[in-house]
Formats: sequence, structure tokens, C-alpha cells
Amino acid sequence: MTSLHKRQVKAVLTWIATFILMIVMCVPGLWVVLSGFRPNREILAKPPVWIPEDLTLDNFAAIFGLSDAQVAIPVIDYFANSMIIAVTSTAIALLVGMSGGYAFARFRFGGKNALFLGLMLSRAVPGIALSLPVFIIWSHLGLIDAPMGLIIVYVALNVPFTIWLIDGFFRQIPKELSEAAQVDGCTRWQAFWKIEFPLARSGIASAGVFAFLTSWNEYALASQLTRSTDSKTLPVGLMDFTAQFTIDWAGMCAMAVIIIIPALILTFLVQKHLIAGLTFGGVKG
Amino acid sequence: MGNITLNKVVKAYGKLEVVHGIDLDIAHNEFVVLVGPSGCGKSTTLRMIAGLEDISGGEIHIANELVNDLPPRKRNISMVFQNYALYPHMSVRENLGFGLKIAKQPQNVIDQRVNEAAEILGLSSLMERTPAELSGGQRQRVAMGRAIVRHPEAFLFDEPLSNLDAKLRVQMRTEIKKLHQKVKTTVVYVTHDQVEAMTLADRIVVMKDGYIEQVGTPMEVFNHPVNTFVASFIGSPPMNLLPALIVSGAIWFDENTSIPVPSRLAPHVTEGQEVIFGLRPDDLTPEGHGIHDSGEGTFLELKIDLAELLGTETVLYTQIAGSEVQGKMFVPRDVTPGEVLKFRIALEKTHLFDAKTKKSVRIS
Repeated sequence: MTSLHKRQVKAVLTWIATFILMIVMCVPGLWVVLSGFRPNREILAKPPVWIPEDLTLDNFAAIFGLSDAQVAIPVIDYFANSMIIAVTSTAIALLVGMSGGYAFARFRFGGKNALFLGLMLSRAVPGIALSLPVFIIWSHLGLIDAPMGLIIVYVALNVPFTIWLIDGFFRQIPKELSEAAQVDGCTRWQAFWKIEFPLARSGIASAGVFAFLTSWNEYALASQLTRSTDSKTLPVGLMDFTAQFTIDWAGMCAMAVIIIIPALILTFLVQKHLIAGLTFGGVKG
Repeated sequence: MGNITLNKVVKAYGKLEVVHGIDLDIAHNEFVVLVGPSGCGKSTTLRMIAGLEDISGGEIHIANELVNDLPPRKRNISMVFQNYALYPHMSVRENLGFGLKIAKQPQNVIDQRVNEAAEILGLSSLMERTPAELSGGQRQRVAMGRAIVRHPEAFLFDEPLSNLDAKLRVQMRTEIKKLHQKVKTTVVYVTHDQVEAMTLADRIVVMKDGYIEQVGTPMEVFNHPVNTFVASFIGSPPMNLLPALIVSGAIWFDENTSIPVPSRLAPHVTEGQEVIFGLRPDDLTPEGHGIHDSGEGTFLELKIDLAELLGTETVLYTQIAGSEVQGKMFVPRDVTPGEVLKFRIALEKTHLFDAKTKKSVRIS
């Protein structure tokens, strides 16, 4: 066998492996999305109906209370809650992450390593283990069933991660760039915004996406800390489809689609920054 | 006037003092090179001048203004970093113009100065490229260009050539020298390479362990090193340093080897003094193969251990009284190891240092 053949065989095998992996990863998602557009009976059919025969928007209409079907879920409220909570907590986590990451990457201060380790260790504690103490404290503070309660929890959940990720990106940027900018006439603040921030942008963007998705998708803590349309988020809202004896799979899948869409849009918008292979050519060769 | 004055400047990190109260006067338009082994405080000193490090004690004046508490941007200096520190997300043009843009200069001034700098440094055809698309030498030139567009009081160079390969380094060294001749400005240049120091400097500042060992023109530092450190640091191959005693008007190495005390140093030594004899390889040459064959001299028969042919000269490894020394043979012929040659020592070029203080006998 020539080396060309070998390479072709290898390429084909790689493609097959990739294809199988993609199926494993995508089919459940695809199934959810498809089910969102199918009537309940087709979803529950045995043997399963693989290719949808009857696509419909009824499920969405039902959720929004536009049809005469029994379910009307306050999806607009849930969506707004989710959006407010995820966006606010992400913004705060990013702000803290940028400040903290920059400080860890650039400054020398006492207890730096211990602090950093402490932050990382706080990530090692499963969030759900904290749910009871958080619940008790929040109930004293009146933060149960309030968006602010969840925002604080999500900021705490995300900050160690954003700091860690952004610290890594600032570390990659040689400190000489900021020094050169300062010699060139910038204040430290200007040097940060004009030089270091643009270079760390892809890192900050990925930290933002991760923080947003964590907050957006989180279920366990939200289910403990929310009660009503005042603060319930979309993932918690999914449970509205379970009644005592029935589960409205179609409605649930349609809602899942509504949950997935903003996450997809965001990832799509930011992916340019995520992939942006920043070349640090200005430094060394 | 871009003169820089350092007055008892100290740098300490907590209790650890790394620069111990140095004094230095740098004249307007002077090219001063701070040279020394790593950890000698030369980069720290430069960074204190730039304002990138706090000054723990003493005063620094730039253009007769006390700058101790001024941030870098208010010192009107520019700096070329070892790793160039070009802004990776900006084109060459934007890199060059960045400082002027920050200073809110009108666009036509920026364009004019940037183009002028590009012209001087031969960057005109590269203006739209990003740093990643440049070679090492080109990046170096952009870094210098960024320094000159602002017409600062002084340029600070922090080991600018150490990331370049040997050939390019020599080339860029010449360009820096030319640049200084074109753009007359004060330059403070840090390097650990004594060849760069010798070739570029109007004045060399030799530093070690946070102290200034000697300040002088390259000639002074080379010909009149004040102590054994400067003697061995400046010059390549380094000066041979041999322990000896002054015995009845001669430099005595052992029972079999002694040479006369050079007449110019005779008044500075005392009988029985322990000294270190300094002899540059260029001044230890086989008879007829030297560059200082006239003047005061003396002869020793030495056995060759090893010969390194360099082309125009050969470095000869031999021993004087058991200590390994290097000599040179100019206009070389073939030498075989084991051969005994009659060497001439150009006495008037040799040095004597006190064995205890390590200082030249001329000053101690």
C-alpha cells in the first residue's frame, strides 16, 4: 500500500469516527427539537416514528396560550426572568472576572496563591451541596423567589471560573505591552482598554459564554430558590409540564427549543471571538 | 535638553536591595550603555528611569526635571523592549502612530511623523502588515520606529538585540548606531554583551551586583579597567588574571617564572605586595606575531596546549606558572600542540591589581 493510500484510508476512518461522534452528540438534541414540532402521540408511538409525519406548531401555540389546548405556561415571564438573571449575573461575573483575572495575572500581593487556590476549590464543591444553607440564608434575607437571589448565586458560581479563564488569557499577554503603552503615553487604565482588553477579548468572550450558559441552563438551585413567575426560570418552568399523572412531552420539547434558541444565537454571535486565533506576533518570533 | 541624572538611586524589593545608591550623569545626546552580567541591576536601573519601577531612594532627573513621582507617560522618554512589545492587534502604521494618537496629535502630524520614521528605518513597504507578518529584524525596526516618532528626550533600550540571531544582531547593532547619528537623542542602552557595549557606547557603565564598577569611554574601560571584574568582563577573549607577588622589583609567579614590573606601574607597587597580574590575550603573542611589538616587553618560553584557528588570528592556550592563559597569534602560521614558542608580553599594556581589594594598583 502506498503512503497516499494509507493517508486516504486514514482520512476516511477519521471521517467515520467524527460522524459517529457527531451522531452521538447531536441526535438527542435533534430529537428534542423534532419532538417540539410533533404531536404527543407521535412522540410516544411504539415502535418509534423516526421520520416525523406530522409537523405542527400546535405545541408552541399551546405554550403561549394561543390555542384551545389545556396548557398555558407563563413562558414570557419565565423567559424574561431567565434573561434578566442570566444576563445580569454574567455581566457581574465578567466584571469581577476581568478585575480579578487581571489582578491575578499582573499584580504581586500577599496570599495570592492561597486566594487563587481557594477560588478554585470553591468550584470543587458541588453547587447542590450548598443549596440547603443557601436556602436557609436566603429565606432569612427574603431572597427566595427573587431574581436577585439567583443572580447572587450564579455570580458566586461563575466568578471562580471567569477569573481563572480570564487570568489565563491576561497571562498570555506579555506585561511589556502594557508597559510599552504606558511609555507611549497611556495611563494604566488606557493601556488596559486599548491594548490588553482587545487582546484578551476572545478569552473574555468565552468566559462570558460559559457564564451565560451556566446561568441559563442551571436547574437544581433554581428549582429550590424559585417559587412563582416572579423568579422562575425557563428550566424550572419545564417542570410545569409534569402533572400528577401525565407528562406533556410535546410541550416540554417545544419549551426546550425556546430555551436552546438564545443559547445557540449567543454562541453563534460570539464564535468569531472564540475562534479568533489571536497571534501574539508582536512579541518574540 | 535630554540629559539624565541619577543621584544616589536605590531600588529595594522589601528588605532586598538590588540597586545600591548609584550616581550617574548622562549628557544630552550621549549614548550610554549599561553593561553587566545578569542580575547586576542594569535593567532595573533602566526601568526606574522609564518609570516602570518605583524608585526606593535617591533622585532621577530627566531634562533637569525631577521625575521620581512622574508616571512613564509624563517623562517624555521612549523605550525599546527586549521582546519588542509591538501591539499584535495593530498594523505597523498603527503601532508607529499609537503614541501620537494617545497624545491627541492632529492626523496630519501623525502621518508625517510616522512616514518620516518609516522612511528612516526602511519600513515604508510594510506599513499595513501586522507584527505577526514581520521578521525579527523588521519587528526590531518597528519597535525603534515607535520610539523615534514621538521625538522624546531620551531613548531607552532594554537588551533590544538579544532575541535576534547572531548575524542579524551585528546588522541591527550597526543600524542602531546609524540611527543615533541621524536622530540625535540621548540613549540609555542596556545589554549584557560587552561587544555591543564597546561598539555602541559613547560611555560605558559597567555594573555588578547593584553597584557601578566603572564609568568611562570604551577606550578607557578597555585600557584602564579599575578592577579585576571590569578587566575580565570587557574584552574577548577575557583578560588573563594571574596571582603573583612583587619580589625585588619583579612580578614573581613561581620559582621559575617572573617578569619585570612595567615601568608605568612600578611606583604603585610595594615589595612583597600580593597582586593579580592582568594580561590581555592580544598582548601575549609569539615573537613576530604581535600587534604591540615595539615598546616595553619581555619574553617567556611557553608550551602550547591547544590552538584555535580563527582566520586572521589564532588563539593559543598555554600556561604561565601552572595557570592556564590565552594568547594570540596574529598573521598565524600552523601551530601544533606541544610546541614551545617564545612569547612576547607587551608589558606596557599589562595591568596589576591588588590581590585583596581587586582594584588596580594605580588607584588603590
